Amino acid sequence: MKPRDRRTLFKSTLAFLLGLRGVGRAHAQDEEAARKARPQEGDFLIYAFGDKQGETVRIADLEPNGEQVTCYAKDPNTGVVRDGSRLNQVLVLRFDPEELAEETRAVSAEGVVAYSGICTHTGCDISMWDDGTRYMLCSCHETEFDPRNSAVVISGPAPRRLPYLPLKQEDGTLIAAGSFSGKIRFQKEL
Amino acid sequence: MICSSKILVLIATLVVPAALAAQDSPAYRPVTQERLLEPEPENWLMYRRTYDGWGYSPLEQIDTSNVASLAPLWTFSTSANEGHQSPPIVNDGIMFITTPGSRIIALDARTGNPLWRYVRDLPEDLQQLHPTNRGVALWQDKVYVATVDAFVVALEATTGEVVWEKAVEDYSVGYYMTMAPLAINGKIMVGVSGGEFGIRGFVTALDAESGDEVWKTYTIPGPGERGHKSWPGETWRTGGAPVWVTGTYDPKLNLTYWGTGNGGPWMGDARPGDNLYATSVIALDADSGKLRGHHQYHWNGSWDWDEVDPPMLLDVKRGSRTRKVLVHPGRNGYLWILERKKKAIRFIDAVPYVYQNAFTSIDAKTGRPSYDPEHTPGTGKSALTCPGVAGGKNWPPAAYNPKTGLLYIPANENTCSSLEGEEIEYRPGRRFTGVATGARRSGAAKKNKGGGSFFLREGWDHIGELQAWDLNAGKKVWTQEFELQLWGPVLTTGGGLVFMGGTSDRYFRAFDATTGDILWRQRTNSGITGVPSSYEIDGTQYVAVQSGWGVDAQRGTRAIDRFFGTKTYIPFGGVLWVFALPEAD
Repeated sequence: MKPRDRRTLFKSTLAFLLGLRGVGRAHAQDEEAARKARPQEGDFLIYAFGDKQGETVRIADLEPNGEQVTCYAKDPNTGVVRDGSRLNQVLVLRFDPEELAEETRAVSAEGVVAYSGICTHTGCDISMWDDGTRYMLCSCHETEFDPRNSAVVISGPAPRRLPYLPLKQEDGTLIAAGSFSGKIRFQKEL
Repeated sequence: MICSSKILVLIATLVVPAALAAQDSPAYRPVTQERLLEPEPENWLMYRRTYDGWGYSPLEQIDTSNVASLAPLWTFSTSANEGHQSPPIVNDGIMFITTPGSRIIALDARTGNPLWRYVRDLPEDLQQLHPTNRGVALWQDKVYVATVDAFVVALEATTGEVVWEKAVEDYSVGYYMTMAPLAINGKIMVGVSGGEFGIRGFVTALDAESGDEVWKTYTIPGPGERGHKSWPGETWRTGGAPVWVTGTYDPKLNLTYWGTGNGGPWMGDARPGDNLYATSVIALDADSGKLRGHHQYHWNGSWDWDEVDPPMLLDVKRGSRTRKVLVHPGRNGYLWILERKKKAIRFIDAVPYVYQNAFTSIDAKTGRPSYDPEHTPGTGKSALTCPGVAGGKNWPPAAYNPKTGLLYIPANENTCSSLEGEEIEYRPGRRFTGVATGARRSGAAKKNKGGGSFFLREGWDHIGELQAWDLNAGKKVWTQEFELQLWGPVLTTGGGLVFMGGTSDRYFRAFDATTGDILWRQRTNSGITGVPSSYEIDGTQYVAVQSGWGVDAQRGTRAIDRFFGTKTYIPFGGVLWVFALPEAD
């Protein structure tokens, strides 16, 4: 092979490899963007923490009237789990459908409701539960939200209800029937 | 992610100088170590004005004879909500206040004209358990703030231009900062909050010029370090012991003193052992950060009694001897007197200043308390304890007046809490207190009609108390009572006065420092949890304080409302108030 040919081959190989690297970088960027994206229609829900972390949430496994379960959404096509931001947390709870307010029942699946897990006050996790009142509580300032009625504020400093995630069910699993009903926002600008 | 870059600085911050119309701003005198050691009477150069933590201004133009005519001179809205707690810090007529969101506002302290404003663009996913900030530190020609996303930021004092910023830890796993930094000999010292999120507390010193770390000392010893064995297994990694109030400093010993918070999770049985150095005072060498001494106020605590308020440095007589001491009105309800030495802190005595039912005795030699199991909660075990979780005194600082020789403590009497622990798994960045809520609680807590953990003691007739103590005699001299809770930081002055807000009726009050009589009061826009300060310009004395209810005080109001079934409305929104005698206008 002539030196010029070798140079050409070298350049072509380098360009190909750089191109591959670019494709790889673009793919990584796409995946990162997908991880950070809020739940999308068609995503299914998986457990975010605990012994079942990563497993698909099945309606039958949710304890009726039990405390909220923290989940993330998973893209069924790419397998990407949308856990790139804590703002993507989804809380699911299961009730008797007859107990749900009409507006809430309309976006539920067999009595299961889903809400954003981020408090509308200062952005804290809604990780506490009162199993007497069956209200969800913010872990920072204890705003109480009623999951059977659109997660409206019962008491506390949060200024508004939590966005909901509409649900449908397929073969006993939970599928997002849309995206969050509103932006995940809170008093960042205090 | 931990990073430090000037690009980030440009993107992440907004400094608005010209838009705020800086007019003829006064000249700025650099803040030197000499000035911090002996500040001019007219200035308030750090969190408590002096390194000893007294909260005392020697100014005496406003005194007991004329304070009744004290009047607002000007106000300034901060455009922020939540808890406004920082003192107005003043250097030769230039004032710096901070607000929730880790913002800084620089003002002409005479006129209220804004000079510049620093607005921090906080991360999208930040959660704020304590949306507040307690002020700036000054060093040479710069201003320093510790941020709620765990950065220290240095800015030019005259322009607000950001010089550097440095992340001291990762906010996404629960670290944050609300304290005013402490400047000593070219170092900027801060401690970290996050005890409710399973952090490992520390104090760190950064180089004032570069932001580079000079030293970092954990409040929980690591493997091989003395005290490490007081934490079982891996509990030391997530044991809390945060440091969230500015330390004090003894220049002769070159030791800086910091209070530490409780261990996490809250229940002591989740971390059997003494849990050094949680709920302690620690003495750190200001140059190296090395631990030179400690005293643990209570071991293996289960009551959420942070002891973060650092001790004041005083001389106190015991018998015929005058001792160099540390004074700490503890959240655990005891008033602690400790001797400070070059390589140790020694217990002298401790007496309860509010009703306390958790300790059965205090060892006369070591100061180690013994506990009453009936009033010690645990995992699956409910217990009613007094004082409640907010303590006999929370973070609002006490003050000491060398003219009266009295210590002024903003206390809460008759409060109790019922706590019960539950098992909890650590998850980075999530609440890690392990305390049962709602109907999961058993026993007394479940019986509370409001459903909360707050109780008042049988026969209570008031909660808030401003107490004045003669430490030489070991006696309380006077008490001024308030019906409900008190969250008021205290200022005392050479004019024989004590200033304090802290009540939910929105008043800022002046008291006779000798008798406790209320001599003046002013109703403000919101409740006051701000640290008051006093300064002088061209012969006029000013008293300044921020009014803006929020954070733990707001939580306390809610607890009271739950208990009584009431609904108290305290408006939000911060306003800086500046007062002077009428002829100053």
